[in-house]
Amino acid sequence: MAFLKLLRQSPLSARIGLAMILINVFAAIFTPWIAPYTETEVVGDVWLEMSRDHLLGTDHLGRDMFTRLIYGARNTIAIAFITTILSFLVGIICGFFAATLGGWTDQFLSRFIDILMAFPTLIFALMVLSVVGTSIAALIVVIALLDSTRVYRLSRAVAMDIEVMEYVEAARLRGEGIWWIMRREILPNAMPPLVAEFGLRFCFVFLFIAALSFLGLGIQPPTADWGGMVRENAGAITFGILTPLFPAGAIAFLTVGVNLIVDWFLHIASGLKD
Amino acid sequence: MTEILRMTKLKIEGFSDEQWVPIVKGVDVRLDKGEVLGLIGESGAGKSTIGLASMAYTRMGCRITGDSIVFDGMELFGADEEFLRKIRGTRIAYVAQSAAGSFNPAHRLIKQYAEAPVQHGIMNFDEAEKKAVDIYRRLLLPDPERIGYRYPHQVSGGQLQRAMVAMAMACTPDIIIFDEPTTALDVTTQIEVLAAIKKITREFNTAALYITHDLAVVAQIADRIMVLRYGELVEENNAREIIASPKEEYTRALLSVRTLTEHKDLSESEKDIILDVRDVSASYSGKQTDLVLEDINLKIRRGRTVALVGESGSGKSTLARVITGLLPPLKGEVIYEGKALPPALKNRTREMLRLAQMIYQMPDTALNPRHKVRMVIGRPLAFYFGMRGQERDNRVYELLEQIELPRKYIDRYPNELSGGEKQRVCIARSLAAKPDLIICDEPTSALDQLVAEGILKLLQELQNELRVSYLFITHDLATVKAISDEMVVMLKGRIVEQGVKKDVLAPPHHEYTELLLSSVPEMDPDWLDNVLEERKRKGIKMQEFVQS
Repeated sequence: MAFLKLLRQSPLSARIGLAMILINVFAAIFTPWIAPYTETEVVGDVWLEMSRDHLLGTDHLGRDMFTRLIYGARNTIAIAFITTILSFLVGIICGFFAATLGGWTDQFLSRFIDILMAFPTLIFALMVLSVVGTSIAALIVVIALLDSTRVYRLSRAVAMDIEVMEYVEAARLRGEGIWWIMRREILPNAMPPLVAEFGLRFCFVFLFIAALSFLGLGIQPPTADWGGMVRENAGAITFGILTPLFPAGAIAFLTVGVNLIVDWFLHIASGLKD
Repeated sequence: MTEILRMTKLKIEGFSDEQWVPIVKGVDVRLDKGEVLGLIGESGAGKSTIGLASMAYTRMGCRITGDSIVFDGMELFGADEEFLRKIRGTRIAYVAQSAAGSFNPAHRLIKQYAEAPVQHGIMNFDEAEKKAVDIYRRLLLPDPERIGYRYPHQVSGGQLQRAMVAMAMACTPDIIIFDEPTTALDVTTQIEVLAAIKKITREFNTAALYITHDLAVVAQIADRIMVLRYGELVEENNAREIIASPKEEYTRALLSVRTLTEHKDLSESEKDIILDVRDVSASYSGKQTDLVLEDINLKIRRGRTVALVGESGSGKSTLARVITGLLPPLKGEVIYEGKALPPALKNRTREMLRLAQMIYQMPDTALNPRHKVRMVIGRPLAFYFGMRGQERDNRVYELLEQIELPRKYIDRYPNELSGGEKQRVCIARSLAAKPDLIICDEPTSALDQLVAEGILKLLQELQNELRVSYLFITHDLATVKAISDEMVVMLKGRIVEQGVKKDVLAPPHHEYTELLLSSVPEMDPDWLDNVLEERKRKGIKMQEFVQS
C-alpha cells in the first residue's frame, strides 16, 4: 500500500523506468508464450531483413532474432540480477564488518581484497572459469565475487563515514551488538550511494558476461544472451545490416530503465535526509 | 555624518519546497561612514542574508527582490556582475565565521592576503606585502614581519581569524561585513579578536556590519544595534540605549541574563558519591609521553551538577570518553558506587552501561536520521528493560511528556524537528535508560540562546524530579553559572581548580580561572575597554596560557 502511494507521487521518469523494466520482466517470465519460435531453431536464411514472419530479421545462423531477444531477456536479466545481488550481499557484509570492527579484521579483509583487485578482472575470471568449468552457477559465483571487491570498497568507505557519527557512538555506549549497529544504524544511512552503485554494477555485469562469452567462457551457445548476441552478429555491421543493434538496444533499454528507478530512489532518500 | 550604505525595504527570497519563500521581509538598513552596526538575532532571523545583500550578493538558491541597495551613491540592486565584482573585495569586504574553513590550506597567508589587491590591480605584490605587515602589526599579531609566510595550519584559531580580518582590510574597504567572527573561538581567544577588530575599524575609520547572536559581544563593538527576528526588524537603537532600556519584549528576552540558580544543600557527604574518578591519566597513542589527561581526580554526587570547564584541547571531552569506557585510561580507575568499573567498554555489563548516558553537542549527528522518535526513545527501553509493543509506546509517551513535546512527535523523523526539539529527544533517549549520571557534552552550544535556556531549564527540572546527576562539559561560563553546583576548571589535561561553584567563582582564583572569568563578555558596552585596561595594568599577556 505504501508503495502504491509512493508510486502515485512518483515523477514521470520513474514511471517510464518502471514500465521499461516491467516489459523486460514480462518477456522473461512469459518467454515460451510470446516467442514465435524456439530458442535454437533455424528458421531461414542468414541475416534476413525485418519482415512479417521475422519481426527483427534473423541472425548469423538464420535463427529468429525476436525469439532470441526474448529468450535472452530471461537468461541475461536473471543471471545479471542474481550476480549483482550476490556481489552486494558479500561486499556490503564484509565492508561493514571491516568498518565497524576496524583493527585486524579491517586489515585482513582489506589486504585480501587488495590482492584480489591486483589481478585484472577478466584474466582472473578466465583463470578461475577454466579451472572450475563454465557452468552458469560457476559464472554467477565468480563474477559476483570479483564484483564484490568493488562493492566492498565502497561500502567500507561509506560505513566508515557513518561509523564516526555520534548516533553510532550512542548505540555503542548503550551496549548494542555489532549486528544491530550494522543493520539498523549504518545500513539505512548507507543506502543512497549503495543503491546508485547497484544500478551501475547491474549494467557492468551484462558487459562482463558479454566479454566472457566473446572469449568462449561465458554463457555457452546456443543459449541466447544479449551480450553474446551482439558479438555473434557484430560482423553484420560491415554489410550495413542492423541486426547487432537489436540486442545492444535491449541492453541499453534495460540499463536506462534500471537507472531511472535508481534515480527515483535516490530522490526519495535525499528528500528524507534534508 | 555621511551615509555610505542604504538598503531600502530590502526583500530577499529563498527557494525551498518548489517555491520562493521570503527570508527578509522589507528591512531598512542605514550605515554611515565609520559606523559599526550590529545585526543581532537567532538563527533564521536573516542577519547573514542581510549582511551579504549589502554587496548585492546572495547565497545559492536565494534572490534579492527589492527595493534598493545604494552604496556610496551607486545603485547595486540589478547592477551588472562586472560592476559588482569591482566593488566586492575592494570597497566592501567580508569576514566569515570559520577562518579555518575559509583559508585555502595550500597557500601561505600572505599570498591569500595579496590576492584581492593584486587581482583588482590596486597594488602589485610587493606593495601588498608591505601593507600586510603594517596591518598585521595593527591587529596585534605576533611577529608581523614573518607570520604572513606561514600556512593556515601553522597559526592558532584566533590568529587565523585576525589574518582574515587583515585580508578584508587589504584594499582599505569602506565597509566590512563581520559574520559571527568570534563564534567558533574560545572565550580567551575571542577577546583578542574583538580587541583587534575594534582597534582596526577605528584606526581606518571603516564602517562595519557586525553580525552575531551574542548581544554581549555586539555591545562591545557596535555603535548602533538592530535586533532582527524572522526577517523583520524588531528594534533599532544605539547600542547603549538598547542595552540600558530595551523596548521590545523579544529584546528583553535576549538580554535577560540567565538566572536559573537555586539553593541546594551542598554539604559533602561520602555516601552520596556515585562516581569517583581516581588518578586517571590517559593518552590516545598509549604512550606516557603525550598524556591528554594527567592525574584527574573527580567526584560526582547524587543529584548534583558538576561543570567541567576548559577551552578546546583541555581534555574535557577526553575525560568523558574515559568515564564512558570509550578510551581506557593508562592509569587510575573509574569507581561507580564503590565498585571499580572495567576500563574498556566491551567488558562492562549492560547494567553498568545503563547507569551513565550521554547527551551530545550536535543533536543533528546524535540522532540517526533514519530512525523515528519512537525508535530513538523506544530502543533503550527495549534494550535495557525488555519493553515491547504498547507498554513501550506508553513509556515513550510519558517521556515525551517529560521533555515537553507533543505525543504526535512519536512518528516523526529527526529532520522534521527543530534543533531544540532534537536535543530534547536526545535527553529523552538518555532518560529512557533511567541513568544515575548523564554526561552532557556542550549540549547547548549549538543552539540559539532562548532555545538553549529552555533546555537548561528542562535539565534542571528533571534533576529535581529524578535526582539524576550531570557532568556538564562546557566552555561557556554563562551556562556554568546558570546550572552548576560544582565546578572543575581544566587546562591542558590537568585540573587547575575545583570545588563548589560559589568558592571557585569567588576570589582568590587560580590565574587561569581569573583569565577565563574575565574573558566572558558582559552586557556593559565599556566592558572590553575596561578589561583590556586592567590587563595592561597587571601585565597579563593573553596568549601566555594557550600557547606555552
